[in-house]
Formats: sequence, structure tokens, C-alpha cells
Amino acid sequence: MSAKSRLSLIVFQTLVVSLVLALFGRLFYIQVLDSDRYQIAAVSIQSRDIVTPAVRGAITDINGVPMVVDLPGLAVSISRVDLDKQEDQGVSVIAKIASIFNLEYADVFQRTRLCGELPKDNRAGCWNGTRYQPIPIIGNAAKEDALRIMENSDQFPGIEVASIPIRSYPSLSGENVAHVLGYVGAVSDEDLRNPEFNYYRSEVVGKAGLEVQYNDYLRGIPGVRTVLVNRKEVVTKQSKNIKAIAGNNLITNIDAKLQAATEEALKRAVLRARSGGYRGDAGSAIVLEIKTGRVLAMASYPTYDPTIWQRGLTVKQATDLFSEKTGVPALSRSIQGLFAPASTFKTISAIAADNAGYDLNGVYNCPAFVEIGTRTFKNFGSVGAGRINMEQAMAISCDSIWYQIAYDEWVRDGGLKPKANANDHFFKAAAAFGIGKSTGIDLPSEAVGRLPDREWKQRWYENNKDFFCDYRNQAKKADLTPYLIEIARENCLDGNKVRAGDAVNFSIGQGDTLVTPLKLAQIYAAIANNGTYYQPQVARAIVDQDGVVIKDFKPIVAGKVDVKQSTWDFLKRSLRAVVTRGTGAGSFAGLPIEVSGKTGTAEVFGRNLDGSAKDDTSWFASYGPTANPKYAVVMMVSQGGFGSSTSGVGVREIYQTLLAPGNEIFPKGVPSAIPKVDFKAVAKVKVDPTGVKINGSKLK
Amino acid sequence: MSANVKFARPARSNFAGFDKILLAAVAALLVIGTLLVYAGTREWFRSNDLDPEYYLKRHVLNILIGGLLAYGTTLIDYRLLRAYTPFVWGAGVLGLILVLVIGSTVNSAKAWLSFPGGFQLQPAELAKVSIIVGMAMVLAERKDLRGDPTDSDVAKSLLVAAIPVGLILLQPDLGTVLIISAAVVAMIGASGAPIRWVVGLILLAIAGGFAAVQTGVVSEYQVNRLQSFIDPAADPQLSGYQLRQARITIGSGGLLGKGLFDGPQTNGRFVPEQQTDFIFTVAGETLGFVGSSLILMLYSIIFFRAFVIARRTTDLFGRLVCVGVIAWFVFQTFENIGMTMGLMPMTGVPLPFLSYGGSSMFANLIGVGLLQNVHVRSR
Repeated sequence: MSAKSRLSLIVFQTLVVSLVLALFGRLFYIQVLDSDRYQIAAVSIQSRDIVTPAVRGAITDINGVPMVVDLPGLAVSISRVDLDKQEDQGVSVIAKIASIFNLEYADVFQRTRLCGELPKDNRAGCWNGTRYQPIPIIGNAAKEDALRIMENSDQFPGIEVASIPIRSYPSLSGENVAHVLGYVGAVSDEDLRNPEFNYYRSEVVGKAGLEVQYNDYLRGIPGVRTVLVNRKEVVTKQSKNIKAIAGNNLITNIDAKLQAATEEALKRAVLRARSGGYRGDAGSAIVLEIKTGRVLAMASYPTYDPTIWQRGLTVKQATDLFSEKTGVPALSRSIQGLFAPASTFKTISAIAADNAGYDLNGVYNCPAFVEIGTRTFKNFGSVGAGRINMEQAMAISCDSIWYQIAYDEWVRDGGLKPKANANDHFFKAAAAFGIGKSTGIDLPSEAVGRLPDREWKQRWYENNKDFFCDYRNQAKKADLTPYLIEIARENCLDGNKVRAGDAVNFSIGQGDTLVTPLKLAQIYAAIANNGTYYQPQVARAIVDQDGVVIKDFKPIVAGKVDVKQSTWDFLKRSLRAVVTRGTGAGSFAGLPIEVSGKTGTAEVFGRNLDGSAKDDTSWFASYGPTANPKYAVVMMVSQGGFGSSTSGVGVREIYQTLLAPGNEIFPKGVPSAIPKVDFKAVAKVKVDPTGVKINGSKLK
Repeated sequence: MSANVKFARPARSNFAGFDKILLAAVAALLVIGTLLVYAGTREWFRSNDLDPEYYLKRHVLNILIGGLLAYGTTLIDYRLLRAYTPFVWGAGVLGLILVLVIGSTVNSAKAWLSFPGGFQLQPAELAKVSIIVGMAMVLAERKDLRGDPTDSDVAKSLLVAAIPVGLILLQPDLGTVLIISAAVVAMIGASGAPIRWVVGLILLAIAGGFAAVQTGVVSEYQVNRLQSFIDPAADPQLSGYQLRQARITIGSGGLLGKGLFDGPQTNGRFVPEQQTDFIFTVAGETLGFVGSSLILMLYSIIFFRAFVIARRTTDLFGRLVCVGVIAWFVFQTFENIGMTMGLMPMTGVPLPFLSYGGSSMFANLIGVGLLQNVHVRSR
């Protein structure tokens, strides 16, 4: 063998040894050092979790009467992934399903489209989950229809039928409660990724109202069966089986009967406004327990049938829920509607005046109009009432007294050059009641309202200065009227200042002040309770399936308005006078129960979709019984016209149910104990599968 | 025929004259391979209502045929084999031409000759033998045997390799080309040819590979495989999926493995082609580090014994044949196992002695036969 040949053999041998060593090293690394990582990866490849949804907790009224309960339903769902694999992209299967369940093809088709696939203006009714989640089409299929699909599954590729618990609404007292209860829906992609929640794809979660507020209690824990599968996804072995744990139940403070009556009274008030020639587009009615803040009833108009989510939302239903044309039924006016409080605010003005040293027992002039600077501020109806005492002024809701007091106080605080330590009696009185802050109710998405004080003015000015100072260029053509141009010029000059007009408007609850109906209910509960007010609470208790109390919701004081007793007494006399001889007298005449309250008729700026000017907001804020106030009742009808005739009558109707002599809703007072509920019986409650009655009649 | 061919002993070939250690190591791998092929197919075939022993039976049959071929290889004195070399080489080339004309396509490569009865042959596997024997003859059978091979000898030997390699490239079967190239370079080096040839060929291989990828001569699926080696997540559905699954399967075996028939990854068949190119994943999962190491050790023993045979023989032809076979076995083993562990890019080459597959099994065992043949006649 030549030397060269021998040498190359040695080189070759060395190379072979190093290659073999490389294999050994790599093998050691993968199988010994890094094995744990691969073990975990392998398990996730081989195992599949089959999730059985937990029975979601029921929601009952204050007496334990179920308002929402999970009942078994036959759910039909579509696998989008399977549709996409079909030659016609699932068109024929969707058509078959639509005809079986009497749905529109377009609706079912839309339901199977991911929201992200669709243009922004065509997303109503789209699927908010991922391609890989089963898309529920109908939650309560009829047995024979479901069987037809199951027995011919080869004709329905991508369609699955399963018995799952679905949200059902017994509506035993004819209550709707849709806005309070909220609804459930498929878990979002974002929530799925959040490790804190530990959601499964097939789970439903609360999307609105109590369902989302108390989701963690109601949800329960889904059962998980872990199986081993092969590459064809065929199950080869079961490795783990954890049974589902039912969610806990929520007992609320809502009284179903009172709720139904409140909804009915609200609906009638809206219809009354409409028959009176007003637009009457929406409304709210609330009953609070004064000494605890418990929400006994809360209605919003227009409302919707909560079962539409289970029965297969049509594109029209999905659009209508959020459409201005239909009055945005999804919006809960009670906590999300913001309106000027108008004359109902005068109780707060009275406190401000008292704090500023005005004699509430004194006599004041109530002229037809007051001129402030170059502007004329008219009394309501442009008629004066002469010299009257303050109680009478409250009863007849004189505005012009407040113009003068508010203007005088504004001047005293320095006018357009405010003093460093201005008294700001009006702003402070409003702030004491928490205007501009949320009520703290245990429902999501509460609107906070607005207190247009000096700081707010400054912020507002900074945000809008550029627009007003360049109004001619930036405003719409239609808004280039001499009057609006002049206002813009003024706003550009000193829009950050509280002007005389602002102060005057503020004192009668107009201008930039905004409250939710719930906030106003809280304010009137505070007045009735001599200043102490509570966070409104819908929840009474969380109770498990066996009735064991998990959580007991106790009243929470939200604030206290510190005012002398004589001032409270004045307000109570005045609010009673409103009902006996003032603006509310007509609406409450002949009511055998003594209640107190205040009307409000708020001017609204802005226009409807058809260009017409907006009608006034109708308010009636009250408490009762007068002698020993237990309940605060507020009704608001937007574009509802006068406070008294629309909302006043509505509130009267609520009291007629709530305090009906001999037939009170709470004859022994609002129950303070948590009711004992047999949740096994609740789970067997009969529900009309065709939908919920709303105000006694079925919604189509 | 060269004049210095001597018949020292009668051309006897029986097991007594074989390298026992080599024989034992190969036999051990064949037994392990049989078990792994069975483990890799049993559950799947059973769950699909097919004969769970289908692959087992065919694999054993392949081993038997391969064993006979190997035994036959040892019978003919390799020094006589030179006489048949042109025919062996010619047959190899003919097979490669046939496959390009009437071959069937599997995995985008036209590499298979189909025969009635479901029998298939991969001429490229057997061409490995042709090239090694052909090159060895050209490099060893020179007019002047006193010195090392000259440039023209080397060029002639390269031509012997280039024709079948070119045909294999047309299929295209890049993996086999790489392995043959390794054998070619090793043989030229061991022949004592000028070292510049070795260096030059290695550089040429690198440049050629680079140019092939750049100019698109290499087909798209090969580029994909290469990319998925660099970044397995890039193509999770195809080759990247396979590579990631392979590594997970081996890694999840841990130190001791899951047990021969108890590998969930193997039984679930998450690694495609696990009875052929990815057989090592079955070993990794079911036998663990201990079992896989044993397999690597058996390969090491085979390589070591082959080197011993190569060193002992005084005959250049015999040594070159040994070196060619060693390079073939080593690089094919390294490429295959390296691929399953993410060390090498994915090429479709089977693992010698373990993978299911007739042509490869025949070729490998013929290769062992050549080693034994040289051994028997160099004592």
C-alpha cells in the first residue's frame, strides 16, 4: 500500500469516527438532555381533549324564580373547515340546513363567515370565532329535524348535532330582562389566548350584562376527556376523564313580577308619547331600594328577545340590534343612555342655593323671562308666576328663579374672570351626588355621565379649540349659518370659561350636564335617604347547586351628601308638592298611595336621522312611600315630550303594582334573606322553545 | 485479464472464512430492523383491518433474498469479478436508463421500475455496486501498477462514475448522488491518486450543489426539503412537518424508550414513512437512548471491521472496493440518522440494514458480501 493511500485511509477513518461521534452526541442531546421538551410536544401531538360544556349557572329573581336557566337543547353546528373542503364550498349543505330549520340561506351563510373575512359594513351576523370552532347555527332544534341530520350524516358533511345545555328563558312572570341578563356567545380568540381564563374553544362565555359580570361564577368547569389519537385522528385510547362541574347560580335583586310591570309601564309610556305626537324612540325605567341600593327592576326600551341568540340570529336581527333605525335595542338605556336631567336637577340646585345662603323658605320672583347679557332666558312656557315661595317654585318647576340665582352666584365667583377659590356651589352640589361618575352598578359598560365644571370646560376647550378657531374651513357647509359662526367665534375666544349662559343652564339641568337614568335614580334615593346613597346592585348572592351560599352581596355605601336636615325636609315637602299641586299633580291624581317626585322635560339639541329636530326628553324621578321612603322609581322616555304626562304616568303605574294597597309586591318589605332555591327543580322548568314573551306578547 | 492474478486457495467460500464480527453485527441489525419494521406497521395495519404482519413478512423475504445475493457475491472470487465488472457496470447503467423511460414516479422522483405482482426495483441502489466495482477496476487495473494512479487514470475512473450519476441526477435522486459522490471521493483518495483530485472534487461538489440550487436544476421539492431543514417551521405541512415529527418522536423516547410496541408516536404513525426512510424514529421512541446507541454501536462495529478488511488486503482492487462500500454505508447511515435528528437536510435515502425496502436491502447485503469476499481472500 502506498504511503499516500495509507494516509488517505487514516484521514477517511478519522472522518468516519467523527461522523459517528456526531450522531452519538446528537442522540444524547435529543434523548437525554432535551427529552422533556420532546415528551411534552409528543403528548400534545397524540392527545386530544374532548370538552363537554359545563351546565352554566341559573340566574333567578329575588324570590328564586328562574329568569335564565341552562336546559338541554339539540344544537346544530357547522364546521367551517369541513365546508371549505367541499367542492361547492358547502353551498348545498348550507341550503339543506336552511330549509330544514326554516332559515334564510343568506342568514346561515353569513353565520359561517368569519367576521375578518367580510368588509366592515357587512359584518352583521358574522362568526366572531375562528375557523376551527364549530359554528352554532341553532341551539334548540326540534328532535325530528336533528334526527334527520344524524341518521343521514353522509348527506350533511360538516354538520354536527349534539345535545348541549343552552340558555333558556322561562319568563314565568312575562318579564324580558334582556338588558340586565345580557347574553352568552362563543369565546373570542383573544380570550382563548389569555392563559388567565383557561377557556376551551367550544365554551360559551358571557358577552353582556350579568352573564359577563358574573361569568366566572356562572361558567362552571367544562369536563375534559383526553384521548389518544393517531394521525388520522382516530381515537385509540382514553387517558383521562374529568367530569364537568356545573356553574354556580346567581340570585338577583330583580323581582320578576315588578320587572314585568316596569317593562309594561315603560312600553306604555313610550306608546303614550308616540300617540301624543312625539317620536318616543327609547326609554328606561328603574326601581331601586333606597336603603340598600338594590336594583329591584330595570327596564330599557326598545328591547329584544334574548332567545334569538340560540335560535339562529338572522342578518336582519343582528343588524337591527345595533341599528339606529330600530332604536339600537342592544343598548341598555338605564346604564348606557346619557341625557340632560332638566328640572329633576333643581333639587340639587336647591341644595346649592341653600349652601350659598339663600333662604329656602323665602319668596322669589318667577318672571316670564330673564335677560342675561345679550341673551334672553325664558321661563318654561314663557309665562311668569309672580312672587312665589321656593317650595311653590319647585312644585311648578319655575326656571327663571334659578336663572337669577345662578347668574348672581356666577358673578359672585368672578364671572368670566373666576376667583381662585370660587365657591362653585352648583358644581359642588352636583359633585356631591356623584354626577360625572359611575353609579358603580354591577353591570358592565356603564356610561359615566358628565359634570361640566370648570375643569371639564378647560379640557373640552383644548380638544375643540382648533375646530372653533378654524370653523369656516372645518365645519360642514350646512353648519355655516351666521348664528353658528358667531357661537364658534365665541367658543374660540373664551370657550374654556364657564360663561353666564353655562351657569344658568346648569342650574336647570340643561346645557352640557348628562346623567344616566340609573344615576338619577341613585340621586333621588339619596334625597329620600337624607344624603346617604348606595352602589346599585343587581346581584344578591351566588349560590351553588346545593344551595350553599358562595357569596353574599352586602349593600355598599357609594357616598353621602352632607346637608342640614332642614334642607332635606324642604326638598321632601317640595317633591310631595310636585305630585299634589305641581307639575305632577295631573298624573298622580287619585293615586291612593303617597309618593313624591319631580318632573323633567329636557330640551335636546341635535337631529334625528330624517333631519327632524329631536323632541324633549321626558323624566320623572321619584321615591315612595312619601312618609317612609323605601323605593326610588325613575322613568325616562327619550323624545317623549313632557315629563309628567309621559313618564309621570309611567311611574304612577309602577307604584300601582309596587305598592298596590293589599297587594304590594313586597308586603313585608324587600326580603333581606337569601331565598332557598331548589336548583334541581329549576333545571326542570318548562320553557316555551319558540321564544320569550315581551310585555305579555311574543316578539316575532 | 491481468497476469498477476493468483489463486492462492481454491475459491472456497463458507461461513468459516467470514469475518464473524462483521457477520454478527449485520445479523444483529437485520434482526433489530425486522422488529422495528414490525413495530412501525403493526398497529396501523391492524387498525385499518389489514394484515398486521404484511410488512414483517415482506421484510423477512427481502432479507432472505438479500442474504442469498450476498452469499452468492462471496462465492465468486472478487479477483475474478473484475472480468464481469464491465457487465455489472453495463447492467447498472441499463437499469438507470430503463427507469427514466418506463419508471414510475414516487415523491416527485422517477426512481422505480415496476414489475407485475407489485414487485418494484430501484436501479439506483444497485448502481451503487456497479459504480464501486467499476471504479475500483479502472483505478486498480492499470498498465503500470508500480506507482500511484495518474491523472488520466483518475479521469477514466470518474467517467465510469459520471455516467450512472448523471442518469440518477435525471430522476432526480439527490440523496443517492451525494452518497455515491462520497464513495467516489473516498476511493480516489484511497487509490493513492494525487491529493488535488480529492480536494478538487470536494470543492466541485460544494460549488455544484450551490449552483444547482441557484439555477433551479434541483427540483422545487428538493429546495423545499432543504429549506425545511434550515427552518422546520417554514413548511409545517410537508417536509418540515416530517422533520419536526421525527425529532419529537426520537426525543420522546428518552433514556429507555417506550417499549417496542408501545410507542404512541409510532403507533399513531405521526411520522410518515416510518418503516422506510424514518425507521430510526421507531428505534428512538421505542428503544430509547440505550437501544438507539446499541444500533449506532453496531454500525460502528461494521465500519471498524470493514476498515480492518480494507487494511489487511494487499490487493488494491479489493481495498478500493472495501473503501467504496465503507463510504457508501457510512454516508448513507449518517445522512439518514442525521436527517431524523435534524443534523442533515431531508433526502430520501433508507437506513442500511434497518429500513424496509427490497432494492436497498439487496444492495446493502451485496455490499456486505463484497466485504466478506475480500476478507475471505486476503487471509
